[in-house]
Amino acid sequence: MSESMKYFREQRLPHIWCPGCGHGTVTGALVRAIARLNLDRSNVVVVSGIGCSSRAPGYLDFDTLHTTHGRALAFATGVKHSRPNLKVIVMTGDGDCTAIGGNHFIHAARRNIDITTIVMNNNIYGMTSGQFSPMTPKGMIGTTAPYGNSERSFDLANLAIAAGATYVARATAYHATLLEDLIEKALLNKGFSVVEAVTQCPTYLGRRNKLGTAVDMLNWFKESAVNIKAAKAMAPEKLEGKFMIGELYNKPDSEFTADYDQLVAQLQRKFDNFQGGVRECAQNSD
Amino acid sequence: MTNVKLMQGNEACTLGALTAGMDFYAGYPITPSTEVAEMCAVELPKTGGRFIQMEDEIGSIAAIIGAALTGRKAMTATSGPGFSLMQENIGYAALTEVPIVIINVQRVGPSTGMPTSPAQSDVMQARWGTHGDHPVVVLAPGNVKECFDLTIKAFNISEEYRVPVIVLTDEVIGHMREKVVLPDPASVKIVNRSKPETRTGYKPYEADPDGGVPLMASFGEGYRYHVTGLFHDETGFPSNKGENAAASIKRLMRKVEKAEPDIRDYFTENTDDCDVLVVAFGSSAMSSLSAVRQARAKGVKAGLFRPKTIWPFPETVLDELSKRVKRIIVAEMNMGQLVLEIQRIVACRAPVESLTKVNGELFRPEEVLEAIMGGKR
Ligand SMILES: Cc1ncc(C[n+]2csc(CCOP(=O)(O)OP(=O)(O)O)c2C)c(N)n1
Ligand code: SF4
Repeated sequence: MSESMKYFREQRLPHIWCPGCGHGTVTGALVRAIARLNLDRSNVVVVSGIGCSSRAPGYLDFDTLHTTHGRALAFATGVKHSRPNLKVIVMTGDGDCTAIGGNHFIHAARRNIDITTIVMNNNIYGMTSGQFSPMTPKGMIGTTAPYGNSERSFDLANLAIAAGATYVARATAYHATLLEDLIEKALLNKGFSVVEAVTQCPTYLGRRNKLGTAVDMLNWFKESAVNIKAAKAMAPEKLEGKFMIGELYNKPDSEFTADYDQLVAQLQRKFDNFQGGVRECAQNSD
Repeated sequence: MTNVKLMQGNEACTLGALTAGMDFYAGYPITPSTEVAEMCAVELPKTGGRFIQMEDEIGSIAAIIGAALTGRKAMTATSGPGFSLMQENIGYAALTEVPIVIINVQRVGPSTGMPTSPAQSDVMQARWGTHGDHPVVVLAPGNVKECFDLTIKAFNISEEYRVPVIVLTDEVIGHMREKVVLPDPASVKIVNRSKPETRTGYKPYEADPDGGVPLMASFGEGYRYHVTGLFHDETGFPSNKGENAAASIKRLMRKVEKAEPDIRDYFTENTDDCDVLVVAFGSSAMSSLSAVRQARAKGVKAGLFRPKTIWPFPETVLDELSKRVKRIIVAEMNMGQLVLEIQRIVACRAPVESLTKVNGELFRPEEVLEAIMGGKR
């Protein structure tokens, strides 16, 4: 643990999360994965949006950017495109990422820009006290779904894969070691990586849906999650009501900022006598 | 060596930005601003600058804020609908004090409006579009050369004071072509943000409460600091204390108020002895200038005051002028926006008349002349 402690801003602790909240577990897994890779603290930028989950970067000793609701990936795109040498990590919630930020999410995936996105999915809007999100399962109670959520929910991993992400994985706060392994692999992928970390919000999702304590919720994850490797050998009826965890997709592809660098190198060879300053305007031929 | 070129306003803005050192552009296409994005896409990669077409304008402004935090000079360009989408993050840049430049080539609104016709109806939105009290600087070029000059100035102001700066042009200024004598780049004054010299004891938001500007470290340089749109104290971390928020808001507003005498910019013609003062900016000022000259030829003592900084408005200058004139006419292509600020400044020292036009056409000089001659429209 001491190796990973250097990545925390200890003076900012204790955190603001409720007792039993899973966001701390996910943050811990991220930090341990970073520690395993021994990333240079000064070379990492962590970006978040708005939500309980998005408060995590404030506790981490990197350059950290707490942005506006849903926009973390767009800010992060600016950071990464500016300085491709930086390791850019986004910490976001299910609401932040898939509702208000859904457009940025699919486009970051499409570009395959080298950003590692940790989606802390508690299936609810925690910070605003329990409204349903695009990832709240049908039938569950939220303050704005008092009779049970009547909307269908996203499958985040499939969404990411379809949009072009090159590394996609899922684990839960119960499977913290697996989560750490997956985040480590995600960090190593040069491209857009998504790790969905299923986590518990006992305060709002748990209480309203009578899911019991944080421990009961973790047990619920334990029972409902099936490792994708094990699932291959299981009969379809056994998989009903379960969700997959593990590495769901891993297919590296050309990365956005690297491609751009290549373009720059090509053009600079063509224009290498240019000294800077005001240059010819391409559209000024008339 | 003189460098004379025929170019349109949008190109001049882009060239100005490149001259100022802009090396990051993010945008989403929208008429009548698109040429700016197109030219950035051509030019930036040639010099190692970064261009990206984002998925929307919210993403565009987010990306330039992220870029500016890594030390880049970043810009976006848009028009009405896109400018509306950017508002939340303009407030973010104002509160987090990240220097960015936004070119808003105005078209007729609200909504999709008339995409290819000019208007000046974003005057109030440019100042107050995002929620909360916040600082912002708005510059309004009146011709193509000024698009070049004022975009450089926009970067300089944003870097020096760490504020978002909006260059407010319109469809006519953006698309009209004029001959521009470009200065030798070496002779252009370029301002870069002040950066801390040492990491020890760096407090990212430490500044003189009386409008001071904090030193800005870049991400990736080892400072490892926190940036948030929550109210924060000088360490950059969130603080819920009311007195801290009040002090922050006051410092941010005071920053621009204090800068006003230095950034103030305007043009006057025949104001020394005028009875009728026309106040107009941007393309409305072109017809107004012609009208003022025609009025003089008819023996009417008319003058023009054309602000180039419209927020903050060059208040003391107009205040002085208003004591000497009999009437003030404010000509603008909207239902009367800047006139409200002018009425506030002039108070009751001279009658202020509003001359408006919202059909997507420029004022004809005769229309302004008619107002000068007393035939109120
Ligand atoms: C533009 C905007 N709309 C709404 C909000 C209010 N808001 C803050 S956090 C949040 C939901 C966060 O949910 P999620 O991303 O799932 O994170 P959690 O709090 O559950 O970790 C909302 C709706 C906001 N801050 N900004
Ligand atoms: S409200 Fe839910 S998500 Fe937010 S801190 Fe509490 S338990 Fe965690």
